[in-house]
Amino acid sequence: MNRTDSRGLVLDEKLLFELTDPGRIGYSLPPCDVPEAQPASKLTRVEITDFPELSEVDVVRHYTRLSTWNYGVDSGFYPLGSCTMKYNPKVNEQAARLPGFVELHPQAPDHLAQGALALMYALQQELAEISGFPAITLQPAAGAHGEFTGMMMIRAWHEAQGNQRRKVIIPDTAHGTNPASAALCGFEVVPVKSDGVLSKEAVAEVMDDSVAALMVTNPNTLGLFEADIRAICDLVHERGGLVYCDGANLNAQMGISRPGDIGLDVMHFNLHKTFATPHGGGGPGAGPVGVVEKLRPFLPVPIVIKEGEQFRLDYDLKQSIGRVKGFTGHFGILVRAYSYILSMGGEGLKRATEMAVLNANYIRARLEGSYDLPYKQRSLHEVVFSEAALENGCHTLDVAKRLIDYGYHPPTIYFPLVVHGALMIEPTETESKQVLDEFCDALLQIAQESKQTPELLKQAPVRARVRRMDETSAARKPKLRWLKD
Amino acid sequence: MEFPDELKYTEDHEWVLVADEIATIGITDFAQDQLGDVVFVELPEVGDQLETGKPLGVVESVKAVSDVYAPLSGEVVEINSALPDEPEMLNTSPYEDGWMIKIKLADPAELDGLMDAAGYQDFLEQD
Repeated sequence: MNRTDSRGLVLDEKLLFELTDPGRIGYSLPPCDVPEAQPASKLTRVEITDFPELSEVDVVRHYTRLSTWNYGVDSGFYPLGSCTMKYNPKVNEQAARLPGFVELHPQAPDHLAQGALALMYALQQELAEISGFPAITLQPAAGAHGEFTGMMMIRAWHEAQGNQRRKVIIPDTAHGTNPASAALCGFEVVPVKSDGVLSKEAVAEVMDDSVAALMVTNPNTLGLFEADIRAICDLVHERGGLVYCDGANLNAQMGISRPGDIGLDVMHFNLHKTFATPHGGGGPGAGPVGVVEKLRPFLPVPIVIKEGEQFRLDYDLKQSIGRVKGFTGHFGILVRAYSYILSMGGEGLKRATEMAVLNANYIRARLEGSYDLPYKQRSLHEVVFSEAALENGCHTLDVAKRLIDYGYHPPTIYFPLVVHGALMIEPTETESKQVLDEFCDALLQIAQESKQTPELLKQAPVRARVRRMDETSAARKPKLRWLKD
Repeated sequence: MEFPDELKYTEDHEWVLVADEIATIGITDFAQDQLGDVVFVELPEVGDQLETGKPLGVVESVKAVSDVYAPLSGEVVEINSALPDEPEMLNTSPYEDGWMIKIKLADPAELDGLMDAAGYQDFLEQD
């Protein structure tokens, strides 16, 4: 049963600039009872043109109405592949709002911030146990920043060995940010083709003494576990390189396998994905990085250490790559992730992984007959279909738009690039069988529509507040600011 | 979909037209069809040295951002300066108005590594 029989009250909304009523004000201030002072003339604006003039209730209603247009994990299923849009339990929000955390000044000296430091230290320990990497930095702002931090450490390690290695190997099933992070660190990217899963032979062909590292995403963006990963790590190590793992898909491994035990050297965590903190719409996220023992001296400073019963920020890492983020990173996200880990427990995290994999495979099994599955290997936490089975000139974009009519946020489309017209579905563990069934029913119906009534797909969305947007014109000739008339 | 006989083709879906050691380079009709509406093009600068197989520029469509690879090595002698302002020419006229760059060939023997129109169409069918 989909939610297509209700249309609700969806209000249109003008811009604040259009709602303005000259002379209207929000607050009447009491008369000034201190001597007036004029700000310096260089600080005053002669004219503020077209500034909206509104009352408090106008502004509150404006933003409240806009908020009703939102769609998020709290409003419905959000199967955005690669993004792990799991439900974020409210207990984590409660923890992050504890007054001791909220009201702590970021520059408080260590002895007045023992609770926050203790939490960060404990989180470092938990992430080390989950990943198998003994040394952790919590600083990076989110995933790509974690990649950058990790690659900086790899570069610093090579420089410390006196190595001149300027290349990084990246398979076509890695996350799209990987080549950008490597390039930002000054590396030349060497792409390598995989056949769904990366082979040792493919890596052997390009792995020489000019290569600093291999960057893999495991499980990769097709949702497939890199089965040769151990042999690949051995090969890269034998030839003097290091292996970076994009840990964005850790949700398919927690409690089952530890990247640090497999032979990987560096990995970032996406706390906002795997450990259930709100994301999408700009964050903030948190992208801690774990490294093997030999890379510990290169961690960004400060890290949290424990001396006796006291915790302190340690800046004394001689080979550190330096600071990568102000203060101690996105502390509020760290609190949520720690709360999530404690509330789940070890068994709970393992169960979450098992359910995430089961849910993805359930969707795969229900849709396999109606949508083309280009890579048949067993998938883990996400499943990627192609547009090959669609008929009458219908494309993946049309399926995605039609899903909006059925009341769902579309999955990730056109990524990964190795799949033509990719439709990448990641249900996560937090969805019930009932939700998955409703979603699969919708997609099966859409597959039927592509055969019988393709115009329904091509016109979609027809039930949304706005119809299909002209994405091409928006990208070619963007209007980036409001102009009167 | 058209694949003119006078052009040479690569597996990365670039085309090459050679005249007097100057090669004009663009992306094929198949490439533009797969990309969808192109919204942004980044070209090299005149004087840049291209190396076969290395990225020469970037094409961004509503679906994805893709590198365009140099089918041959050589020095860039001219670029289609109208293209960045009118990237839609890659969709509407991939072989004519949508040409990307001209290079002076460093090694004409490299041309032997490219496919002719029939070979490229066979390649597309296998793929």
